Amino acid sequence: MVEPMVHLKEVELILNSDAGEINILRGVDLSVAKGESIGVVGPSGSGKTSMIMVIAGLELISSGRVLVAGREISALNEDALAEFRRDHLGIVFQSFHLIPTMTAHENVAVPMELAGRDDAFQRAGEALAEVGLATRLKHYPGQLSGGEQQRVALARAFAIEPRLLLADEPTGNLDGDTGARVVELMFGMAERSGTTLMLITHDTAIAQRCDRVVRMVDGRVEEQTPLSQPSIV
Amino acid sequence: MGGWVIAWQFARRELRGGFKGFRILIACLALGVASVAGVGSVATALKTGLKAEGRVLLGGDVDLMFTHRQASVEQLNWLRENSNAVSLATELRTMARRLDGIKQRLVELKGVDHIYPLYGKLHLRDGADLGVALTKKQSRWGAVVDPRVLQYLDIEHGGIFKIGSAEFVVSAILEREPDRGTQAFRLGPRVIVSELAIKATGLIQPGSLIRYQYRVALLPNEVLGEWRSKLDARFPGAGWRVRDVENAAPGIQRFVERVALFLSLIGLTALLVGGVGVTNSVRSFMNARVRSIATLKCLGASSKTIIRIYALQIGLMASIGNLVGVTVGVVTPLLISPLLEGQLPVTAEFGFYPVPLITAAAFGVLVAAIFTLWPLGLAGEVRATSLFRSDVEPLSGRPPRRFYFALAVLSLLICVIAVLTAVRPEIAAWYIFGSALVFGIFRLTGAAMIAGLRRMPRIRHPLIRLAFTNFHRPGAPMTAALLSFGLGLTVLVAVALLEHNLERQIQQVLPEEAPGYYFIDIQPTQTKAFDKLLSNHPGVGEVQRVPMLRGRITQMKGVPVETITVPPDYAWILKGDRGLTWARRPPSAGSRITAGEWWPADYSGELLVSFDSRAARAFELKIGDMLTVNVLGKEVSARISNLRHIDWTSLGINFVMVFSPGLLERAPQTEIATVQIEPDQELALERAVVSQFENITAIRVKEVLEDVKKILSSLAVAVRGIAAIAILAGILVLGGSLAADHRRRVYDSVVLKVLGSTRRRIFMAFLAEAGILGIIASAIAAVLGSIIAWVIVVKVMNMGWDFAALPVCWTLILALVITLALGFAGTWRALTLKAAPLLRND
Repeated sequence: MVEPMVHLKEVELILNSDAGEINILRGVDLSVAKGESIGVVGPSGSGKTSMIMVIAGLELISSGRVLVAGREISALNEDALAEFRRDHLGIVFQSFHLIPTMTAHENVAVPMELAGRDDAFQRAGEALAEVGLATRLKHYPGQLSGGEQQRVALARAFAIEPRLLLADEPTGNLDGDTGARVVELMFGMAERSGTTLMLITHDTAIAQRCDRVVRMVDGRVEEQTPLSQPSIV
Repeated sequence: MGGWVIAWQFARRELRGGFKGFRILIACLALGVASVAGVGSVATALKTGLKAEGRVLLGGDVDLMFTHRQASVEQLNWLRENSNAVSLATELRTMARRLDGIKQRLVELKGVDHIYPLYGKLHLRDGADLGVALTKKQSRWGAVVDPRVLQYLDIEHGGIFKIGSAEFVVSAILEREPDRGTQAFRLGPRVIVSELAIKATGLIQPGSLIRYQYRVALLPNEVLGEWRSKLDARFPGAGWRVRDVENAAPGIQRFVERVALFLSLIGLTALLVGGVGVTNSVRSFMNARVRSIATLKCLGASSKTIIRIYALQIGLMASIGNLVGVTVGVVTPLLISPLLEGQLPVTAEFGFYPVPLITAAAFGVLVAAIFTLWPLGLAGEVRATSLFRSDVEPLSGRPPRRFYFALAVLSLLICVIAVLTAVRPEIAAWYIFGSALVFGIFRLTGAAMIAGLRRMPRIRHPLIRLAFTNFHRPGAPMTAALLSFGLGLTVLVAVALLEHNLERQIQQVLPEEAPGYYFIDIQPTQTKAFDKLLSNHPGVGEVQRVPMLRGRITQMKGVPVETITVPPDYAWILKGDRGLTWARRPPSAGSRITAGEWWPADYSGELLVSFDSRAARAFELKIGDMLTVNVLGKEVSARISNLRHIDWTSLGINFVMVFSPGLLERAPQTEIATVQIEPDQELALERAVVSQFENITAIRVKEVLEDVKKILSSLAVAVRGIAAIAILAGILVLGGSLAADHRRRVYDSVVLKVLGSTRRRIFMAFLAEAGILGIIASAIAAVLGSIIAWVIVVKVMNMGWDFAALPVCWTLILALVITLALGFAGTWRALTLKAAPLLRND
């Protein structure tokens, strides 16, 4: 059997708040094959983002197992997780999360520089050219539109040629046309590089472009719909 | 009015959130106002103490002092007829020595009559009675002594010692002398004896430096001013120095006022440093409210309303800061009173003094207003359309022109208050000029630094690059932090270097050139024997001996000195009797002729005088002008024939006035000598001179310098204390800037963690940012602080300059430690926060 890219086994996530404990994830089981694209849908508060955070190693689970690219990441410490992300993961957020004091070129180069790659800036330039921003290298995030910022974020995520791309509502802050262009880019790049894609979205049309749609309700994976059987989002 | 009511309603709603955004503003203002108010209150308490104790400190309602001579019978009769009582105190510096001659000590001898003290009470140990203590028993006179006399002479209560040719027995120990205000500083401990005993010492000889002080208790209904007018009318030009209760201890008063001025200027600097913190606080408070302001504008609020809403909030917070500062200012005198005890001859009268508190509060209000105007003006300019942008930009640009005008008016006002409330307005004016210059330099350097960093070639390491770019990104608070922290550091560097130079002047430079001893009151008949003793004594180096008289300048260019405007730095020249001399040849050391000619050695014509060149410039005197001096009650006029530049720091014998031979040669006079001597022979020489010449007083320069050092080190504590407040304000502002930047740090660290950076690398990057700030701030502070100290040392104090790397290095290390510690604390907090909540979508 081929090893999955992501494997979640009875994952529980309980967070403490002033109002007491909250069960965010209640025994999530999920397997994502290499090269597969998954659309994660579900109402607000259903645990979509938390699941993505758990896979990225940004949220520590309360119980269960999380394997990404064959590694048990729940056993890694924070710095090992950071290096794991650097080498294997690309993440795209709804709010872009670019560093405002760095130019587009520098923002894209950061993960490669951290990995010690000599060609960081050359590769960053290429990645920006791929998303159509070859002329905006020296612009700061504040000087770019929302769509442009998200394209920079995409270039940053793909520049390291990640094995897994996690995207949390990447078009949520963009208008329809711009969002469509970003989605087009993202799927195209994932396909070309064979990257596994996990995408949270509220947009049915975007979810339908994935190989599989996972619906989350109340911290559990409620339904997994293969391609051609669209889920009601 | 309605506009203000609405604004207040909105302001009140916003203030429900508490003081969180204003903590730095309140702390900065409170610190600055507290230091100005505290210094002002303590100074007023001391001055009030001086005034309240005026009669006691002076020893009478009026004190008439003659040097060398006593009042005439006619004068004394008039005084007795026109007063309730007249008491005579005779004071001179002399040597007290053990009978075996092994130990001796310079003492301040005072002979008192049977009605002493007219006011106040002399406190003796174990409640001894003064009259009994001073009586003669068998062949020895009773003496009341300062406990230090026992220590120096190594004798006990009841022990015997000698002054001049009389023997004394220690009959009581002095605890507190009421009339101690006549001298700010003394060269030796006090010995009180009866006036008859003084005569018995044989020290009262022509030309001896003896002060006769006639203390007058006025009749109950007498008005002081009228009495003085009657005195002046009856005895014009009597040559006595008159002091009354209004001006009981001018030396002490001047000392208190000058120290207070210096300290309050440092306090004002702390307030200015804090002012930058005010701007920072207000700016970050406003930045967090840009969205609210835009919303209010969308809903119809005008710029004026917006400005009023925030002016009210900031005004309220500034008032709290001011109130805290003023309260601390009220309490400070009480807290530091135990420290002042015994340091000054006056007891501070603590109480509530509104004037220094109001002044400090006025400074606080003005500083708050000046440093708030800019961000407040920008807040009014926030556009409603900002609401429709995804990322709300921080305040930027320039406020409307009327804000510039207001800024100029308020700045002028603060300058005017600073100058008008200072005892030396010209010093306050220089201070304003200097601080404006330093402020400007820091601003310009900050701007230049940002421009330089922007143009800098790309740094390869992303995290180090992040450390640099954080200085020049829009709205970066670090440049303001640089300004305030740097200003605080500048004060610290300047104070450290100033202290070093003063200490060096006293400890290193002076002893090398300075004589080991001054011998005063050498009678003309003793000079030969004195010279012989010195020439036979081992270790004696250069000896200088000159005649000495005392005289008071009464006229300059024929104009009575009472009517001329006296330059404050040279007022001492006209205050009472000054030492003067005559000479055939120019002084061999310590001065040089800068204008005119010295008279021939055998000159015997019209009386000429050589005058201090700097004093001549201050009094607008030139060669050929006439000076009239009252010497021993006789007016003598002399023409200025040359001017000398005098180096007072050499501690050699120097006189403002050196006369030509002739007239003064025949006046009663003593001689004064300076002797350079090897340190291990000092005490032996003193013993030899004092045992052979009972009337000669030996002043050991080392001991005087030790006393000066003690005074300076007490002052240094006060100066360091206030300078510490300035740096504390700087640290607060820096800490505030780092705290205001916390969100950015958290954000950057989370994104960098997501992108694969380890915590150690992020930590190092943030620490590098703090370190860069520390290095830049301290580098500028080192340069500016050194320049300020140089100006004060060389230009104001006319002393030699020595740059000391060590205190500057310590200050810079302190700066680095502080910035790194604050950076460490901020970064640690940022790194320990969880990433996930920040990455979730809004």
